[in-house]
Amino acid sequence: MSADQATPREEPEDLVHQRAELVEEEARLQHEAPSEGASRAARALADVAAEPGVPKPDPILVVEDLTRSFGGVKAVQVDHVEVQRGTITAVIGPNGAGKSTFFNLVTGFDRPDSGRWRFDGADITGRPAYRIAGSGMVRTFQLTKALMRLTTLENVMLGATGQRGERLLTAPLRFLWRGQEDQVRQRADALLERFRLTHMRDEFAGTMSGGQRKLLEMARALMVRPSLVMLDEPMAGVNPALTQSLLGHIQGLRDEGTTVVLVEHDMDVIMAISDWIVVMAEGRVIAEGRPDDIRRNKAVIDAYLGTRRELKEDDGEH
Amino acid sequence: MDLLAILSNSVRGAFGPEAAIYALAAIGLNIHFGYTGLLNFGQVGFMLVGAYGTAVPVVAWGWPLWAGVLVGVLCAVLLALLLGFPTLRLRGDYLAIATIAAAEVLRYLYRSSWAEPLTGGVFGLKQFAGGFYAFNPYSGPLDLGWLTFSPRALWVMTVGWGAAFLAAGLVALLIHSPWGRVLRSVREDEQAARSLGKNVFAYKMQSLVLGGVMGALAGALIGINSQALNPDSFMPIITFYLWTIMILGGASRVLAPIVGSVVFWFLLTFLDSALRQAIGTGLVPASVLVASDIGAVRFAAVGLGLMLLMMFRPAGLMGDQKELRLDVR
Repeated sequence: MSADQATPREEPEDLVHQRAELVEEEARLQHEAPSEGASRAARALADVAAEPGVPKPDPILVVEDLTRSFGGVKAVQVDHVEVQRGTITAVIGPNGAGKSTFFNLVTGFDRPDSGRWRFDGADITGRPAYRIAGSGMVRTFQLTKALMRLTTLENVMLGATGQRGERLLTAPLRFLWRGQEDQVRQRADALLERFRLTHMRDEFAGTMSGGQRKLLEMARALMVRPSLVMLDEPMAGVNPALTQSLLGHIQGLRDEGTTVVLVEHDMDVIMAISDWIVVMAEGRVIAEGRPDDIRRNKAVIDAYLGTRRELKEDDGEH
Repeated sequence: MDLLAILSNSVRGAFGPEAAIYALAAIGLNIHFGYTGLLNFGQVGFMLVGAYGTAVPVVAWGWPLWAGVLVGVLCAVLLALLLGFPTLRLRGDYLAIATIAAAEVLRYLYRSSWAEPLTGGVFGLKQFAGGFYAFNPYSGPLDLGWLTFSPRALWVMTVGWGAAFLAAGLVALLIHSPWGRVLRSVREDEQAARSLGKNVFAYKMQSLVLGGVMGALAGALIGINSQALNPDSFMPIITFYLWTIMILGGASRVLAPIVGSVVFWFLLTFLDSALRQAIGTGLVPASVLVASDIGAVRFAAVGLGLMLLMMFRPAGLMGDQKELRLDVR
């Protein structure tokens, strides 16, 4: 405790420095020629109007009339929103905008008061979370959930679906699943390699740093072979160097054809990599569009400036 | 004091039928808690339904003993389903409360006068395991000079330890399979397992049933060993003995319940025997402790031992101390 209290004086400078790195990275990304996936996404979204609830040419996820209230507070009130296949779609908004609740509802981790949603053409309203994940929509968590007392490799291998050895009756009969287990291990090793976690392969995941856990979670989610990955604040609490690497991984996913939806409340971080942005405030979708549309959007500026002003007042009181 | 007699008693306790039976029940508990993270504080309830499931068909309907054991196992499956359906969806501590209550409710149910025609109520059941002893292959006692086991005890020990090692072997196979990997992931974080497409509820239920069946088999052996059953021998303290055994050995280690049970029964009989001798020879004066207090001292010692274990060696004798130091939230 005392060590924590002694250091905060030094932190602002550190933060400024880190911030600068991030801005540079963003600039670099913008000047770079867009990747194949980015141009594909841009072409697909070219004729889509920048307005809330606009239909997309090839939606992988369609949400209608989704509501969820906690007590008297309507946390989520989404009339209609669609996610275009093969894009990076960011859901942004100030704290308490309902982004995470929206995520929990769509992935089956929370039950809505009303609403329907379709994934890949199938109505998955009210399906349990594990079946939604099994059908190809996989999420990660804002607070990483590394399985501490499993090794890194086991963490990733767990993600593979349709494992014959996961049934109680076949589990003791090793010869039935050994071949499949070898394939799963190979895939897991390849993913560890890709996320540069190979050196942690046989260590308990509980020994990992916060950033490594973020990478592990992403690797584990990919093991499910998802067609849609939902990342809940993948960059929260991660240092700038790792943020860049995470951004790279996310773009890589899109370029391979996986759809990515991510929640962030830091606008700057995702402006550079998102193909489409959905802005939420007070549970509603208040704006949608390409990053450039969002930058100029009056409602968004109000929502964000509003919260900033509040924060300033808060600061004054301390 | 006769040290050899104390030692002989302790070794008899460490390898005797009770140790084997408790090891088997603790293996079941280890599946629940050690591998799945289920807080089952009612393992004795599974033992109770296993024991009575075995005895009642033999006494009341004249069924063969093996059919009785089968009924005992089915009762445990039923109990696991009844307990699991309402509670496994809830947070872990609710299961703890539900199981401890269920075990007590069952004990009162089995001893009630309403159930007396089948269970014998408070008088219990006697002499139902003749079918077991008819197959006893041992004709003479095991006599090591300082230690003897009767042929009867040898036969129960053979079956009891055999069952315990078979159960441990099954657990080893299961835990090192993908099924076991899912089970351990449920222990670490249910939500994460769910987010990777695993039906967490089904795995918890399978775990509850499997560990419960092992408890039921242990219960059946208790009845067979003593040829007598009484609901009041299935007190909640048994569950806490089992927890002590599991933690002493090291939770989530395959052989830990077996090692734990041997050490536990050695220490418990040693304490009992040494105190009796000390009182008998006047080493401990009657004003401090009399022989009838020894039972209470035993309970207190188990409680103290469990506390000391949790404080100084929470991973037990076989556990990985490093693993336990991980920041598990």
